[in-house]
Amino acid sequence: MKKNWPILVVDDEDVMCESMAAWLREDGYHVDTAPNGQQAVELAKATDYAICFVDLKMPGGMDGIETMMEIHRVRPDASIIIITAYATVDTAIQAMKEGAQEYIVKPCNPQEISMLVSRILKLKKLQSENAILRKKLNRQYRHHDIITKNPRMEEILSLTQEVASLRSTVLIRGESGTGKELVARAVHFSGNRAEKPFITVSCAALTETLLESELFGYEKGAFTGASGQAKGKFEIANGGTIFLDEIGDISPKLQADLLRVLQERRFYRVGGAEEVQVDVRIIAATNKNLAQEVQEGHFREDLYYRLNVIEIRLPALRERCEDVPLLAEHFVQRISSELGREVHGITPAALKLLMAHDWPGNVRELENVIERAIVTCRNGMLDEQDFSWLQRKRAQQAWEIPDVPLGELERRAIVAALERKHGNVKEASASLGIDRSTLYDKLKRYEISH
Amino acid sequence: MSALYLVAVGSVPDKVWEWIENAAAEWFPLPIQHLPGLSIPESAYDPKRKQYQSVDIMRMLAQCAPHDNSRVLGITDVDLSIPMLSFLFGQAQLDGPVAIVSLCRLQQEFYGLPAQNDVLRERLAKEVLHEMGHTFGLVHCPEQKCAMSLSTHIGLVDEKAERYCSRCGLQLAQRFASLDGGV
Repeated sequence: MKKNWPILVVDDEDVMCESMAAWLREDGYHVDTAPNGQQAVELAKATDYAICFVDLKMPGGMDGIETMMEIHRVRPDASIIIITAYATVDTAIQAMKEGAQEYIVKPCNPQEISMLVSRILKLKKLQSENAILRKKLNRQYRHHDIITKNPRMEEILSLTQEVASLRSTVLIRGESGTGKELVARAVHFSGNRAEKPFITVSCAALTETLLESELFGYEKGAFTGASGQAKGKFEIANGGTIFLDEIGDISPKLQADLLRVLQERRFYRVGGAEEVQVDVRIIAATNKNLAQEVQEGHFREDLYYRLNVIEIRLPALRERCEDVPLLAEHFVQRISSELGREVHGITPAALKLLMAHDWPGNVRELENVIERAIVTCRNGMLDEQDFSWLQRKRAQQAWEIPDVPLGELERRAIVAALERKHGNVKEASASLGIDRSTLYDKLKRYEISH
Repeated sequence: MSALYLVAVGSVPDKVWEWIENAAAEWFPLPIQHLPGLSIPESAYDPKRKQYQSVDIMRMLAQCAPHDNSRVLGITDVDLSIPMLSFLFGQAQLDGPVAIVSLCRLQQEFYGLPAQNDVLRERLAKEVLHEMGHTFGLVHCPEQKCAMSLSTHIGLVDEKAERYCSRCGLQLAQRFASLDGGV
């Protein structure tokens, strides 16, 4: 018995109810019948019917459309199929306007009704699977993959909850691999847009022209190869969130187009003359210092302020080294299970080694390092041997000056000194050869928590 | 003792009884008996549609059914329908004692073709297995070759085999094994 999909047949004619119910039961459905609208609504209160066949003309009491509206009031997801022998366009239009899923004229071909039922139930199954997957995603992205005991990260997590249900634009800053997309997903899946799409666009991956059509869609003939109209990511994300990764890399023209979308929530498809209106929340991310990009004339100031309504700056992993053991253990559990390897943890010596690394590739690098170690691990625990290549790499890099701005070098030197001195500012300033108040100024400027 | 009672509803050609008995004997461990033929109730006729409402005929057949594990299978030559559907090849009470099969749309003549006994015999056997399967609790089967698959037009009847799939066959055997008082 297909018990998950109960069906209700509502008709004042006993023969109609009885025969239709018998026919549907042969197909394995649980079928109830009601001779009038009142009884149908009472039954719908007790049972979540997937489909209700409702006769349009029922003498005395509620007619088919009233019955349908009342059933919808108690069971908004029920699909109503209006049945009538009086086929008129007017009643069909009214029934559909009031929310009927389908409108059929009796008698109809058995194949027609069989296909109609299976089409509606297939859709319901997909909707139900979709809801389950969304719930799973929701749980997954709420906080599960953001593992931290760092006070600044905890503040960021509570901020994501506070801003989750707002429409305000969020700008997430952080080095590559710090988990900007994960935080964007946490914002989306914790808010009232969680059931709607979350669409990611990597702005750095596409040329200006491709990115323009990717974001805004295009009309037929807009360019060579545009053989039909296509929706852009903004339209696909309607009702939900668009995540614009690497926003600092977009061209001046796209900056202007994006500013217009942010201001008016409207745009034109490429080659189109008709305005498209959308309700989309924008979350942007960058590993660049956008304020500096504005000063240098590479990024529009007005767009920067539009994007920077709520700013989240993610610390680099070296600024939250207390999270390294937690993240490492988490990745060991997850990756060993995904790869089907019997690896149960990391030895303290190996953890010490991981904590001493400065992780320029941040959490993503840590994840990759753990995966590589799991693949080559010979016993049930990851030990120093499994990370020996990391030590060699570190030794090679020790004398290499990274290709970063001078300010970044200074920031890293300060973070390293604070780590060496276990957060003691007096000792750290002494080791850096500057006085304590200068160090405090620099901590503030570089947004370093200690 | 439980039995499969066959009954003619209206005028039914003699040749079909042997075909039905052969099909039923292979699958149902019930002795087959014949009941006196019944006239089609006048109330069943729908002059607008020029068809017969199967509900009225099923109600009449239900009165013949004894209160044991017996089944009553009516065979009729008239075109059956229900208010919602334009026609039926047959109908059964799911897990109940009564079923009916119509010969009307199983005959080649209905489609303007010359009569063919072997085609009618095959189609009738499939529909007998189908409706009888319903009376023993089987629902429509997704396996297209199975006698329990839903046929919404004659082409689908022809695509089926004169047998149940292994799943439905097993379910049927389990059903017979569990019937109180045996069959």
